[in-house]
Amino acid sequence: MIIRLKNGRIYDPVQQKNGVIEDIYIAHRRIIKKPSDAEKIAMTYDLTGKVVMAGAIDMHSHIGGGKVNIARMMLPEYQLGQLNEAKHYTEPEAHICTPNCNHFVVPSTSQTGFRYIEMGYTAAFEPAILPINARQAHLEMADTPMIDKGGYAMLGSDDYFLRLLSRRADQKAINDYVAWTLNATQAIGIKVVNPGGINAFKFNQRRLNLDEEHQHYHVSPRAILKSLSTAVQALGIAKPLHVHCNNLGTAGNFQTTLDTMSASDGVPMHLTHIQFHSYGAEGDHQFSSAAAQIAEALNKNKHITADVGQILFGQTVTASGDTMMQHLNARHANPDKSVLMDIECDAGCGVVPFKYRDQNYINALQWAIGLELFLSVEDPWRIFLTTDHPNGAPFTSYPHLIRLLMDKTFRNEAFAKLNLDAQAMSNLTSLDREYSLYDIATMTRAGAAKLIGLHDRGHLSVGAAADITVYTDKPDREAMFTTPDYVFKDGELVVKDGKVIKVVWGKTHTAKPTFDKGVEQDLKTYFDLYHTISLENFKISNDEIGDDGRGGVVTHVGK
Amino acid sequence: MIWQNNGMHTSHNPSASMTATCPACGLLCDDIVINPSANTQRLFIIQQQCTKAIAFFSQTSALAQPQIAGKNTDLISATAEIKRLLKQSNQPLFAGLGTDVQGMRAILTLAEKTNGTLDHMHSDASVRNTLTMQNTGWQTTTLTEIKNRADLIIAIGTDITSSHPRFIERVVSNEHSLFKNAPTAIEYLLTAGNIEDIAAVINALNALALNKPLRAECIAGITTASLMSLLEKIKAAKYCVIVWSASQLNFPHAELTVQSLVRLIATLNQTTRVAGFPLSSGDGDTSVNATSTWLTGFATRNRFTNGEVAYNNHQFCTQKQLATSDLVVWVSSFNPHAPPETHAPLVVIGHPNTKFNRTPDVFIPVGVPGLDHTGLMFRMDSAVTLPLKKLRDSHLPSLSEVCLQISEGLT
Repeated sequence: MIIRLKNGRIYDPVQQKNGVIEDIYIAHRRIIKKPSDAEKIAMTYDLTGKVVMAGAIDMHSHIGGGKVNIARMMLPEYQLGQLNEAKHYTEPEAHICTPNCNHFVVPSTSQTGFRYIEMGYTAAFEPAILPINARQAHLEMADTPMIDKGGYAMLGSDDYFLRLLSRRADQKAINDYVAWTLNATQAIGIKVVNPGGINAFKFNQRRLNLDEEHQHYHVSPRAILKSLSTAVQALGIAKPLHVHCNNLGTAGNFQTTLDTMSASDGVPMHLTHIQFHSYGAEGDHQFSSAAAQIAEALNKNKHITADVGQILFGQTVTASGDTMMQHLNARHANPDKSVLMDIECDAGCGVVPFKYRDQNYINALQWAIGLELFLSVEDPWRIFLTTDHPNGAPFTSYPHLIRLLMDKTFRNEAFAKLNLDAQAMSNLTSLDREYSLYDIATMTRAGAAKLIGLHDRGHLSVGAAADITVYTDKPDREAMFTTPDYVFKDGELVVKDGKVIKVVWGKTHTAKPTFDKGVEQDLKTYFDLYHTISLENFKISNDEIGDDGRGGVVTHVGK
Repeated sequence: MIWQNNGMHTSHNPSASMTATCPACGLLCDDIVINPSANTQRLFIIQQQCTKAIAFFSQTSALAQPQIAGKNTDLISATAEIKRLLKQSNQPLFAGLGTDVQGMRAILTLAEKTNGTLDHMHSDASVRNTLTMQNTGWQTTTLTEIKNRADLIIAIGTDITSSHPRFIERVVSNEHSLFKNAPTAIEYLLTAGNIEDIAAVINALNALALNKPLRAECIAGITTASLMSLLEKIKAAKYCVIVWSASQLNFPHAELTVQSLVRLIATLNQTTRVAGFPLSSGDGDTSVNATSTWLTGFATRNRFTNGEVAYNNHQFCTQKQLATSDLVVWVSSFNPHAPPETHAPLVVIGHPNTKFNRTPDVFIPVGVPGLDHTGLMFRMDSAVTLPLKKLRDSHLPSLSEVCLQISEGLT
C-alpha cells in the first residue's frame, strides 16, 4: 500500500531541504522513491501549505527506570488534577505559562508515549540507566506506547570501573568492560554522572572537583572522563560519551564545565543539561550567567556537543543519578521532601521536587541562561533542545520553548516579567536571533539522530523510516508545535489533529560493539564475590524486550 | 490506558540440577540450586537452604480444577462466568494481588476495563512507608551496598531473619567484601516488648542527635546513656544501615514513627553516612506497587473510573472497600492465602491449595510464578528486577493467561 503526502513544505536538514515543496511516498514502513505511474496510490494526503518534518527525537528525557518511578510514587499530588492545576495557576510566577503548557511532571508510561507522539515526537532516549536497574528501565519503556526508545548506561561511579582505573588497567580492559555493559544492558550510549562523585559520596566525600582525587580510589574525574570517552570512541559507536559534569547547579561551576571540555583531549563528548553547568558567581547574589563563556567555548570546541536542559516556570521534580549534589539540593526541595539512594555499588539516585518561580532571582536567571545558550551557540547541529525532562520542566512544554526560540517579541515579553535583579544580570534582550523552522528541524530531528546514530531516522530521504510529522504553519509557534495535523509512525497514521487515532509500539534502539569475551571471567568472579545477583541475571536478553510481540530490539552498527 | 503483556515463555529440562531465583521473600536470592525430581512435582534444594525457600520449592499443588459455585468446570466456563460477574459489577475490588510484574500488568488491564479498585494484601504495612516517602522522603540503600560497605547495622523492632532468613548470611556475615575490614557489627533494638515503645525511643534518638537535652533517664527500658552511646557508634561508623520492618510496626499512625526514623537518618547524614533499609512484607508487594506506579502513576490503593485513575491510601483499603464493593476478586498466586470475609459475590484466582471459609462464586487455580511459569520480580530494595524460571510442568494457567481470557471482549 502506497501513501502519498502531496505538496508539503519539506524541512529536512540532512537533504538540505529548507521549505521546498515536494511529495513524499510511503510504503512498507519506509519512505520510497516516486512510484511508477502503473503503481496504485492507496491514499493521498493533500499537505498544501503544511510544514513537513521527520518525527522529532528527544535525545535526553527521563522516561523510565528506578528514579522516575520513585518520583511518581513520591508525588501522587502531581498526578492528580495536574492539568487543571496548571491551567488555573493564580500565583504570579506562573504567568508565563500559556494554556498549552500542561505540565505532566511525571507521567505514567502510557501518558508518556501519548503526549510525545501528540507533539510529533517519535523517539525518546532515557539518559541515565543504572546498569543494575536496566531491566526495570526496559520494562517501563516496553510499556511506553507510540514511540521508539533507548537509553544510555551509566558508568564512572561503579566500583568495578573505579577498581580497574585505580589499578591502572590497560585501556583495552576498560574498552571491553564498556562494550560488555552496552551489550548486557541493551543501551545505545554511555553516560557518566558527576564522574566518580556518586561513588565518593558513599565514602562521605561531599564534593569532587574535576582534578580532585576520589578519597578511596585516588583517581580524578578528569581521568575517568578520559578513560570512558576514549573507550566509547574506540568501540566505534556513534553516541559520544554523555557527560553530566561535576558540580551540578552550583554558583561558579562554569569553570568546571570549561575545563571538562578539555578532559577528553579532543575525543568527542556530549555535555548534557549544560544550563545547569553555566553558572558564574558574580553580583550581589553571587550567582550570575556564564552562558557567554560556555557558548564561546562550545563554538570553538568542535568535538563537544551539548543539550541545554532549559528550565521553565512551574512545578516539577528533579530526578538525577547525582546523589552527591542532590543531597545538597534537597535543602531547596519544594515541596520539602526528597528520596536519595545509594545503589548496588553501581551508582545512586536523588529525586528532589522543585518549583521554579519567575520572581525568584536564581530561577529567573536560570531561565535566561538557558535561552542565552540556545541563542549564542552558533551551530544547531551541536546543541539540542531539552528540558532534561522532568528536571528543568516536563517535556510537554517543548512547544512553549520552541516559541521562545523562534519569537523574539514573545521571548522579550516573558523576560520583562522576570525578577528585576535577574533581568539586570542577563543580556538576553540583546540577542536578536530567532530560530528558523530549518534550525528547529536540525536540533530536534537531524542533529539528534546523527548524534545517537539512528541513520534511518531524523530525515525524510528515500529509504528512511517513515516517521513523519505534519504541522499547520501558524504564527503562534507554540500552538503549531503542540498540535500537529498528522503524525506517521513507521508509515502508519497514528495521530490526527493532535490526538492519537491508533496505538502502536516502537522499538528499542541499541548499540552492541564486539568485545573480548574474556572480560566475563573477571566479571563473573567479581559478581560472585561482591554482588548480590549472578552475572547471568544481570544481562538482559533480546527476548526479554521483544518477546511479548509488541516491541523489539534494533541494533545499530557504528558511526 | 493499560496494555496487555503476555510475558515470557521458556522451556526447561526437568532432569538436571539448575539455579533458580526464589520469590519466597523480598531478598529474591538467585543462587538457589535445585534438583527437580523426575517422578514427582516436588523440587529439592541442593544448595542455599533456608526455611522459606525449602517451603516454596518443595510445595506440591493440589490437583485443582476451576470451579463455579464449588462445582468443577473448565477454564473457559469459569472465565466466562467471571466476565459475567464483572459486567454486572459497578465497582469490583481487586484485592490480595499476590503476584509478579507480569501478573500485575494483566490485572491492571482487567481493572481498567471494569472500573476496578486495587489493593495489595500487605498495604497496611507498605503504606506506613509510602506515606513517609510521600510526606518526607528518605535516604536508603540496597543489598550490595550493605554487603560491601555497612560496618554497622541497627535492626529496629525486627530480628530481620524471621522475615528474610538469609539476610545475615548474605550481606552481613559475608566472607568477601570490597571495603569492610572487620565483621559487621549488628545491634538489635526493641525486638521484644511493647512494639509501640519504638516511637518514644526513635523520638528520643532524634532529640539527642539534634543536641537537645533529655530529662528522662530511661525510655522504654533503655537508658538515655545507652541511647547516647548508640548514637556515638553510628557517628563513628563509616556506613551505618538502619533496618526496619513496616509490617512489625502494627499500631495506629506508625507512619509517624517511620517518619521520625527517616528524619534521624537525614540529620545524621549531614555529617556522616547512614542509610535506611525498609524490609518488605512479601507476596510480590514491591513488584506489584512498582508496576502499578509506572502503568497508572500510583501505587496500589488506586481506582479506575472510566479510564481515569484515582489514588487514596485511606479510602481504597480492602477493609473499607469490602463494605461497599459489589464484587470481590481475590488474587494470591504465591501462597494459599484465604480471601477476606465478604457478603459480595467472590471470585478467587489463586494458589491451587487455597482453602475457603465460604465457597467462592468462581475459583480458578493458577500457577505459582517462578515454579509453574516464568515471571519477573522486584527485589525488596526496588533496585533490582530478576526473571523467575519455570521449573516444573504444570497443568495450571498463569494469572496473566486467565486475565487475558477474561479481558477479551470487555471494553
